[in-house]
Amino acid sequence: MTDLKHIRNFSIVAHIDHGKSTLADRLIQETNTVSLRDMKEQMLDSMDIERERGITIKANTVRIEYKADDGETYILNLIDTPGHVDFAYEVSRSMRAVEGSLLVVDSTQGVEAQTLANVYQAIDADHEIVPILNKIDLPASDCDRVAEQIEDVIGIDASGAIQVSAKTGQGIHETLEAIVQHLPAPKGNADAPLKAMLVDSWYDSYLGVIVLIRVIDGKLKKGERIRMISTNAVYPVDRIGVFTPQMVPIDELGPGEIGFLTASIKQVRDTRVGDTITHEKKGTTDALPGFKPAQPVVFCGLFPVDAAEFEDLRDSIEKLALNDASFSYEMETSAALGFGFRCGFLGLLHLEVIRDRIEREYNIDLITTAPSVIYHIFMRDGTQFELHNPADMPDLSTVDHLEEPRIKATILVPDEYLGDVLKLCQDRRGIQLDLTYAGSRAMVVYDLPLNEVVFDFYDRLKSVTKGYASFDYQMLGYREDNLVKMSILVNDEPVDALSTMVHRDRAEMRGRAMVEKLKDLIPRHMFKIPIQAAIGGKVIARETLSALRKDVTAKCYGGDATRKKKLLEKQKAGKKKMRQFGKVDIPQEAFISALKMDD
Amino acid sequence: MAHLLENWQIGGFGLYVHWPFCQSKCPYCDFNSHVVASIDHDAWLNAYVAEIDRYAAETPDRILSSIYFGGGTPSLMAPATVGAIIKRAARHWTFANDIEITLEANPGSIEARNFAGYKAAGVNRISIGIQALNDTDLKRLGRLHSVDEAQRALSLAKALFDRVSFDLIYARQDQTLDAWRTELETALDYGPDHLSLYQLTIEPGTAFGARFDAGKLRGLPEEDLATDMYFMTQSTCETAGLPAYEVSNHAKPGQESQHNLIYWRSGDWVGIGPGAHGRLTLNDGRYATETALAPTIWLPAAASGRGESQRAALPRDEQVTELLLMGLRTVEGIDLRRLESQHGTTINFNKINELSSIDLVEVADHMLKATDKGRPVLNGILRELVPD
Repeated sequence: MTDLKHIRNFSIVAHIDHGKSTLADRLIQETNTVSLRDMKEQMLDSMDIERERGITIKANTVRIEYKADDGETYILNLIDTPGHVDFAYEVSRSMRAVEGSLLVVDSTQGVEAQTLANVYQAIDADHEIVPILNKIDLPASDCDRVAEQIEDVIGIDASGAIQVSAKTGQGIHETLEAIVQHLPAPKGNADAPLKAMLVDSWYDSYLGVIVLIRVIDGKLKKGERIRMISTNAVYPVDRIGVFTPQMVPIDELGPGEIGFLTASIKQVRDTRVGDTITHEKKGTTDALPGFKPAQPVVFCGLFPVDAAEFEDLRDSIEKLALNDASFSYEMETSAALGFGFRCGFLGLLHLEVIRDRIEREYNIDLITTAPSVIYHIFMRDGTQFELHNPADMPDLSTVDHLEEPRIKATILVPDEYLGDVLKLCQDRRGIQLDLTYAGSRAMVVYDLPLNEVVFDFYDRLKSVTKGYASFDYQMLGYREDNLVKMSILVNDEPVDALSTMVHRDRAEMRGRAMVEKLKDLIPRHMFKIPIQAAIGGKVIARETLSALRKDVTAKCYGGDATRKKKLLEKQKAGKKKMRQFGKVDIPQEAFISALKMDD
Repeated sequence: MAHLLENWQIGGFGLYVHWPFCQSKCPYCDFNSHVVASIDHDAWLNAYVAEIDRYAAETPDRILSSIYFGGGTPSLMAPATVGAIIKRAARHWTFANDIEITLEANPGSIEARNFAGYKAAGVNRISIGIQALNDTDLKRLGRLHSVDEAQRALSLAKALFDRVSFDLIYARQDQTLDAWRTELETALDYGPDHLSLYQLTIEPGTAFGARFDAGKLRGLPEEDLATDMYFMTQSTCETAGLPAYEVSNHAKPGQESQHNLIYWRSGDWVGIGPGAHGRLTLNDGRYATETALAPTIWLPAAASGRGESQRAALPRDEQVTELLLMGLRTVEGIDLRRLESQHGTTINFNKINELSSIDLVEVADHMLKATDKGRPVLNGILRELVPD
């Protein structure tokens, strides 16, 4: 057990690409926590997808031993948190487990939307904050300007900001000293009954569920029996330990310390993030406030390209859900796509990550249907329900009205792109709430319908601002609007997986864009194919994909039969990658691409 | 045609001889052709003869319906070589009364000099690679001859041989529909009894393919224009009395290439020479044969009785695939009774009905055929009909 005075617990908040993971790598390296031989980039990002995309999805923890300039040795616990808005809930709960934050800002770029979103969470959690100006080795670095911006926009003192190059290692020692000197030591009572916060949990195929905890009061030893206060479930503790970042067993965890336990817990779902852990006997009755569980906000259908892989898909989804309580699923049947699952996600990145993992780790080709949000449907007969799938939209004549979720979006953008951003938000039915300037950057706040954002808003924003805009959002609640279900008919047959909810005023434009897109996405067949968008029975847009006129090998003699046979086999395999609707083959990527708006 | 022969002979039995050498390589050509400084004609004859002997031992008592000298440029063969090959074939197999012996020729003056020699050797049909009736386009196609030379070669061939065919390539760079119509009408005025008219296809691995990939092959007709050219070709030839009998082949009735029909009817043929393929129906099944592509490898191998580099048994489903993909190229189509009796396969009639409802195929008198509208989209039809 470590003396409280010698513990510092902290997190790092930053916008994506501002160098958070590199800084964490440097801190680990500087303190020799990991030998150089084992050092790899983005040490704490353990999933392939995290490394590839340069993002952090799961919170990760490392315990660093640091001998400070005052001659004392300190235990520094870093919880590395995700930066992306989809995983904001991970950030908020990790913040509750530590006392301070390093605020990392790229000194060549300045404050961005995710910097703001995350730093406000740190401020909410009463953190002491040490600003770090990173990337000072780059010629475009402008520390004075960025420090001023931190004071103006965020409103914290940046006079003591540390200038760092996580790449070259400059300023790393100063950062470690600042952690020791400026961040508060945790408080707690080793003699009080055990009170520990369940910060996170995940599934490990060898050890079962691993629970990340922060001890507030009391001590936890291996072999003791613990009780989860919210579920009253009791478990014997098999192991306790800390992350260095490898798992290292230790004898006990005391107040202020962060570590893990395993206790023969079968499923991640049996643990509640934010729950209070105490001893089975003589435990505390004073539970921590707990966290609100994360709610999925974006839904889409996942179907196997090959219907025979449905059971494999079920298996992979169940396994992934074991480790991700924020991901929901239920079986779905589509007339067009057969059996699949309707899945709920925290956002689009979360959706992409889960989809990539199923395709990669379980080797299943997927058709992903259009993402949708949850609509509140109020029926004429006074009943109401939540609509997760546009295909389930009841007949309009039975619906009184419906409500859709709205978000508050914060966008920071250099002012030369402001006009494009305002137009984009306006086109997506946004209502401007605020527009302020910080230097040459504008901060715009919009009230936007989530359904206009879930799909390709972020891509569009990046493209109209050449990547210079940053974006974050929070949920605002539900509001009534004039939304209708738009169906798509291919060769006169409705393709349910292409149904979307659209605003009545924009239906015609969306419909036209979709049928034009589909005309390009569907390969020509040997017959002409009408592609229509309709609301109820009324067609609002129509295109005709003309029939294939010529596709034949000019020369085919004795020596060509073998080659031609192989080509045909290849083409037939390509055809299998498509789904057949009536007589029409639709490529799997069409289900998503058709919805992308080039506005 | 009455077929009184055995099943394997329904498509006929032919001999294909591949001569792999050319004076120069054409930029559109993806055939197995090579340019060399000198050729040992005796050694080549020796190798061909050894191959004929080897195959004849496996196919005794057959009636040979055709011989085809292809390439490469077979009109660079010495007439004596051609004659000796024909003689050797005659020693082993009974020649059909109407045996067709074709030789592919380039219209250059050097080759035309050999025409009489080929006739004396037994060749009775000549197929000339004219390709274009426009000197600029001939240059673009990498051809060494001129339109003048082509006309002279054609006149000479017509004087010597009963049956003369020539090839043209259309949908060339910057070609208009009208220009192709005029050229085709000129070609028909020459009075051939057979025409092979190919849409220019950019094949990977050719000079055109590389230029196309680099974006430097400009002025190729768009699909719609190329399709219009195809349909115009069909009607123009039909009017002139040379209706199509295959996707790219047109003939006066009775002048169809019997040898090429063997391929399209899934008959048997012996393939000799570098890169030649063959199909043989033996007592224990049907086989696909292949030989080494490189002349320097094939020559010594063939001379020592090992000319075949590969022999694969063709499983039933592949036989059906070949029957469909070759047979539906022809106007006559494929015989569904033969498909059933020979391959024990019944075709998917749902698919046939679907395709015939949109007028792409038809079934009449047990023959399944692609319609005039279906033939140009045959690849699409095959994707539907060929068994998985």
